[in-house]
Amino acid sequence: MKVEQISIFIENKSGRLAEVTRILGEAGVNIRALSLADTSDFGILRLIVNDREKAKQVLKEQGFTVSKTEVVAVEVPDRPGGLSQILQALDRDGINVEYMYAFVERCGENAVIIFRFDETEKAIATLSNNGFTVLEGERLYAM
Amino acid sequence: MMYNEEFETLPRQALEALQLKRLQTTVARVYACVPFYRQAFDRAGVSPDSVKSLADLQRLPFTLKQDMRDSYPYGLFAAPMDDIVRIHASSGTTGKPTVVGYTRKDIETWSELMARSFAAAGVHKGDIIHNSYGYGLFTGGLGAHYGAERLGASVIPMSGGNTKKQIMIMKDFGSTVLTCTPSYSLFMAEAAREEGIDFRSLKLHVGIFGAEPWSEAMRAEIEDKLNICAIDIYGLSEIMGPGVAIECREAKKGLHIWEDHFIPEIIDPETGAALPEGERGELVITTITKEGIPLIRYRTRDITSLTFEPCACGRTHARLSRMTGRSDDMLIIRGVNVFPSQIESILMGIEGVEPHYLLIVDRKENLDTLEVQVEVDERLFSDEVKILQALSHQIEKEIKDLLGVTCKVRLVEPQTIARSEGKAKRVIDNRLLS
Repeated sequence: MKVEQISIFIENKSGRLAEVTRILGEAGVNIRALSLADTSDFGILRLIVNDREKAKQVLKEQGFTVSKTEVVAVEVPDRPGGLSQILQALDRDGINVEYMYAFVERCGENAVIIFRFDETEKAIATLSNNGFTVLEGERLYAM
Repeated sequence: MMYNEEFETLPRQALEALQLKRLQTTVARVYACVPFYRQAFDRAGVSPDSVKSLADLQRLPFTLKQDMRDSYPYGLFAAPMDDIVRIHASSGTTGKPTVVGYTRKDIETWSELMARSFAAAGVHKGDIIHNSYGYGLFTGGLGAHYGAERLGASVIPMSGGNTKKQIMIMKDFGSTVLTCTPSYSLFMAEAAREEGIDFRSLKLHVGIFGAEPWSEAMRAEIEDKLNICAIDIYGLSEIMGPGVAIECREAKKGLHIWEDHFIPEIIDPETGAALPEGERGELVITTITKEGIPLIRYRTRDITSLTFEPCACGRTHARLSRMTGRSDDMLIIRGVNVFPSQIESILMGIEGVEPHYLLIVDRKENLDTLEVQVEVDERLFSDEVKILQALSHQIEKEIKDLLGVTCKVRLVEPQTIARSEGKAKRVIDNRLLS
């Protein structure tokens, strides 16, 4: 039920983000969702891509530091209060969201949000018990 | 194993008697042959007759690197050109290089001391020595080369540079001993890994590393990545070249300085006063057998301490502690003395930090600033900002706690800090430019 995200360390200087996207583009890797966390010195680019192994390999070859992280993709009803319901359910069980970002594509009538939790397994259980749909990785990469 | 057991284990009393006799001969020689020394001794009110005991050495004036520059090129030579068979020069980063000359006997002595050093590091006849110290004016290459031949080992005169070829030869020729700077050994291991060659699978069993200060943590890193025993060697061209002092493989605890040829002292670099055994200060060396260019109380600028305690290996010669830098490498940041090697030790004590770092010193609004750049590799990296920021703060805090200086840590992408094939560049001091 987990989704593999790749994270890339980039220095906060001009052209680095362009360099990452160029490398992925030339390797034929499609970016499905992304988020950039930035500080004054560096940024962490987090991506969901259609081909993780390829993405990791070509970026490492070009000298980037890359890691893989397990995240959770959840279907969120695309209406006011949709996200709030999910967050309330997580809060009741004491689960922390480290960060989250939205997926580009919709899944039927629903939006898709990517979550990084402090306790991934517990979060998946909470979400399932509360009737939310957690998406399989393979389905997401192909969307 | 010892190359010259008789002299390497000479009882202290006999060793000191030999030192005094040789010191007296040297002092008489420089007073008679080198105008610089005659004038310096006269100014200090001393003559060769003043040296009646080893303690009298302290009455003699120091020799500075500047004195060698002022005597450029041959002014301090104590032998006629007819007797000089080799000339070397140190890399002068500022101004003229310092020039040294060797008589045939000096080359013999150097070869023997370097052979003793190899033996102390556990090198035998039959070993294949891959010598990556530079050949040329620099003493490293030829010094190690002559010592290797004297010992009877096979020597591959690689010199520095062309890393890919170095790795190919090391692998194909079955090199068992590596001689280079410590930072170059890691550079080669990294380059080999990129070529798909694991250094740990090579036949190397020992590496003899010198020509730049390094830390115990870096030793551990090298020993792990290269699967060898890493030995610290010390030398400087003014005194001879490599092989002035070396660690023994048995103890690896301090570098034995060959006291039948050199007399070491430790002084306070500010006042010039002698420091007691065990205290850190500037190393001062007097050569007592050299003919070409004997030096009296040469201030090496290297910071170390000295111990006369007996060593597990049985050698009676005193030991120098690991060099923590040169007094002229020392950075003064807001009045605090900082050696790059101290920062290196702190960095390498942190899990996952590679020995690739750069210190950038600047002055902003009349205040010194220190930035420490650290490369982020996979072991350090996290997808969470707070973890990386905690790492930066941890390094900043440890540097503040241990050295008393405030710094800013900047995490940088791997391979962005320039790798060096010779001596690593660790410091950019922008204060000098403004």
